[in-house]
Amino acid sequence: MAGDRRATSGSLISSRSMEKVFPADSHSGVAISGVAGPAMEMVRLFQLQLEHYEKVEGVPLSLDGKANQLSVMLRENLPAAMQGLVVVPIFAGYDHRSGTGRLFQFDVTGGRYEEGDFATVGSGSLHASTVVKLRHHNDLDGDGVVDVAVEALFQAADEDSATGGPDPLRGIYPVVARITAEGFERLDESDVAERTDAFLAGLGDSYR
Amino acid sequence: MTMPMYVSPEQLMKDRADYARKGISRGRAAVASTYANGVLLCAENPSNTLRKVGEIYDRIAFVGVGKYSEFDQLRIAGVRHADLKGYSFSRDDVDALWLANQYAQILGQYFTHEMKPLEIEMIVAEIGEESVSDQLFHLLYDGTVMDTRGFVVIGGEADVIRGRMEEEWSQEMDLSEAVSVSVSALAGPDRTLVPDDLEVAVLSRENGRRAFGRLEGGDLAGLLN
Repeated sequence: MAGDRRATSGSLISSRSMEKVFPADSHSGVAISGVAGPAMEMVRLFQLQLEHYEKVEGVPLSLDGKANQLSVMLRENLPAAMQGLVVVPIFAGYDHRSGTGRLFQFDVTGGRYEEGDFATVGSGSLHASTVVKLRHHNDLDGDGVVDVAVEALFQAADEDSATGGPDPLRGIYPVVARITAEGFERLDESDVAERTDAFLAGLGDSYR
Repeated sequence: MTMPMYVSPEQLMKDRADYARKGISRGRAAVASTYANGVLLCAENPSNTLRKVGEIYDRIAFVGVGKYSEFDQLRIAGVRHADLKGYSFSRDDVDALWLANQYAQILGQYFTHEMKPLEIEMIVAEIGEESVSDQLFHLLYDGTVMDTRGFVVIGGEADVIRGRMEEEWSQEMDLSEAVSVSVSALAGPDRTLVPDDLEVAVLSRENGRRAFGRLEGGDLAGLLN
């Protein structure tokens, strides 16, 4: 899961270092798009809900249960969304029952759509998804899939003013996380920086 | 002969206390004790599904003995209260003292005003940044709260088990020593308790944000040997 760092208020950049990818619990993650305030609140409440369930029941929710819970929260947010406070997430995690990673896309009403390969969301999502579509295949390894995400975000930032590109001046790069059987692991910013540098070097003079 | 309609308050309270104590002493015991990296929670519990030891919050855990349905209800209420407080304010604002006081209110309310007291005894444990700030709260059926250092024993034959702990427990033991001491105190000289007879968990400073972790199966067997 990867997300850029830009938050905007109209045409102004209100944050250069916003985080949009979060662990929902030890083995799942949620990425948000839309209005920052309600989105952050929804993430916080979602994290709480998952942990609360696990403590009360003694076992964590199934991955489907977690996705469903997020659907319910989105549905409850629909009246606010109709007033402009839109939140649309992506949810993904490692499913211990099936032994695979699974990912879900949502719409503003809470409709949940499981995707087999990839999902993108947000203002830059059309550009990003075209890049992922062209680069993604089922044999990508842990590093390869990060490279695809880095490229997709870079191209989205190059086309969409509301998506931020890598910021080497300030050392701010996309938030990238991998979720495997071992759990949710956020990559160090320095690793993302390294992969970004490698990608840019690979472009060479092709854009001149 | 007419039956007396008057019962003295002392008698009434004594009857309730006897009733609660009897219910609790019938059950198996549990012990919470501090060790080098945090707090060890050990309960004699042959069931794998009906649990006496539970995680309440990041650094807070619960142990209950007595009537399962009653203490499990309080365990869930504790998790709910703690999660709500942490969400409304901040995670750092949730502590065991506050929780123990909440529990004391409920236990006291039941003891005095309800048809029967809750037949339960509880421990609320919390670890701090260092051993010196680890806390153990012992809650009785009537809402009495006791702030203890070292260890707490609750349930059936608690006095005898406490005596064994007094002889064997010392500060800053490592985990395997601490487990040995607690389990042999629970077992006594005539029995051996195996992992299936026990429910063991820790609040450990080494576990990251959520300090609670269960010790089960192979891990527990290894520590017992």
